[in-house]
Amino acid sequence: MIEQLTFDVLNDEQKYQHFMERINRGEKIEADDWMPDDYRQALIRLISMHGISEIMGALPEKEWVPKAPTLNRKLAIMAKVQDEMGHGQLLLRVAEDLMKPLGKNRDNIMQDLFSKRLKFHNVFHMPSPTWGDAAVIAWLVDGAAILSQTMMLDTSYGPYGRALKRICQEESFHAKHGESLVLSLAEGTDKQKQMLQEAVNRWWDALLMFFGPKSKNETGHSNVDKNIKYKLRTKTNEQLRQEFLTKYVPKMKLIGLDIPDKTIRFDEDKQEWIYKEPDWNEFKKIVSGNGPKTNERLHLRQSSYEQNEWVREALGHISSAAVG
Amino acid sequence: MSFSEKNKAMTELLYQLADDDFIHAHRGSEWLGLAPHIEEDVAFSSINQDTMGHAAMYYKLLEDLGEGKADDLSHRRKPEQYRNAIILEERNGSGEYLESPQYDWAFTVIRHFFYDVSKKIRLESLKQSSYEPLSEAARKILTEQYYHLMHWEVWFKQLMTSTAKARKKMEAAIFKVWDDFGGVLTLGPYGDEMVKAGLIEDEEVLKTRFTERMQKYFQSVDFKLVTEPQMKRGDGRAGVHTPDLEHALSTLSEVYVSDAEAAGW
Repeated sequence: MIEQLTFDVLNDEQKYQHFMERINRGEKIEADDWMPDDYRQALIRLISMHGISEIMGALPEKEWVPKAPTLNRKLAIMAKVQDEMGHGQLLLRVAEDLMKPLGKNRDNIMQDLFSKRLKFHNVFHMPSPTWGDAAVIAWLVDGAAILSQTMMLDTSYGPYGRALKRICQEESFHAKHGESLVLSLAEGTDKQKQMLQEAVNRWWDALLMFFGPKSKNETGHSNVDKNIKYKLRTKTNEQLRQEFLTKYVPKMKLIGLDIPDKTIRFDEDKQEWIYKEPDWNEFKKIVSGNGPKTNERLHLRQSSYEQNEWVREALGHISSAAVG
Repeated sequence: MSFSEKNKAMTELLYQLADDDFIHAHRGSEWLGLAPHIEEDVAFSSINQDTMGHAAMYYKLLEDLGEGKADDLSHRRKPEQYRNAIILEERNGSGEYLESPQYDWAFTVIRHFFYDVSKKIRLESLKQSSYEPLSEAARKILTEQYYHLMHWEVWFKQLMTSTAKARKKMEAAIFKVWDDFGGVLTLGPYGDEMVKAGLIEDEEVLKTRFTERMQKYFQSVDFKLVTEPQMKRGDGRAGVHTPDLEHALSTLSEVYVSDAEAAGW
């Protein structure tokens, strides 16, 4: 109580200093703690994008839920997509708490999504035309997601860290599911192998892009420095991409896949992967809402949201009656 | 009754149970990402996953009886070999699940609620089945069924007692589902043999239990329905189906049948 009183008399600059000291000591910030607007905005941007990406990510996979070849594959992919939805919900709850003092709620998140103000991950703008794509998404896209989410487990914002902890546990199951899908195709008929290789070819650039550009030189804008300053994250985009290549290039080769980049090699002196840069202009185009499947998926989401408005209205009627 | 008669009754019943849950789980899963809110998306997909799991258990029982591989039974039969009720194969609404689906939430709530009420009654009866593996399966499934039924009961009561618009949509859905819900309640052409073999109770007994329970639910939301559930479009248990089933099956088996050489997926 006394501490709270002393804190209240501080001016904003002193509060900011106190806040940064907490961050630098490795303390966790909680939803009701004082935080600078800049930090709050960075969190809202990061977490609502993460949350909505999980939800939009369900759409390319949804295409393969009914088509999953066997009963067991159907059950596994249903479980996986349900997890992704659950992650989306968990994260949106965290974002909603942060937005509350600004007078905003979930409807604002949805409207920002539909107007393309709120961006979602580049990979979820891409088509997934075959079962091979479902396998590659589960193995490599989820594999990439695990790396970037694990890096943020120690994030300075407590509620986000706790959500990520649960998410990472489930993601590791997804990666196993993905590995199993990929192995079945890799050990299968020539047709199955070809289906897998073609999917890898389709996804390679998107996977490199997944981690974002090396610096703002590539796209003219980046939030990485700020997010590192606030200890929301601990590694750069390029560090994560290097980790990804180290983890997956050998595995891909082992199961007989061609890496769709003839120039890729590991430089022993520099201890880093040298690879062909993806087209960052393309990346910018995709994440700003002009990817191959962006409009179709947004339309799917938006039209169902609008069609079900009567349901939300009915539920609103019930909860206001209960309060009244 | 002879062994082959009993065997026929048993497999027919198992196909009904398996196919009902299989197609019902599929229709539910088409809602993925399109439910009225995200919390419902999470809950609904969990229910669909359970229901698909129930179908898989029944197909496995058929496999154990020598009917063929569970994956073949679920993915390679012709539409007329399916024994599910017609109302369960009906599309969620117009449009495709990937392109401009115009899905009807009221229809979904009613179909799922009615189905889960009847499924619970059926499972309670199957607990006493003379076929031990089936009564065991029923006991397992019942533990999940409790939550599914509760979920749809809440939706039913809420949407029946909120806005006038919701009430209107829900009533229209009740009449639509009622017209064909008799197809879920019937045991089909081999019903008598199933009862004789002690596999399940008499169709009329189960139907009465269902309508009595429904009357209570209707009363609780101030709704009256005096007719019996009908079977207007025919008996799915006898292999009668609509083009909706064929369409669904071609999606469900698209990958599985795409490579005849494939040993595994």
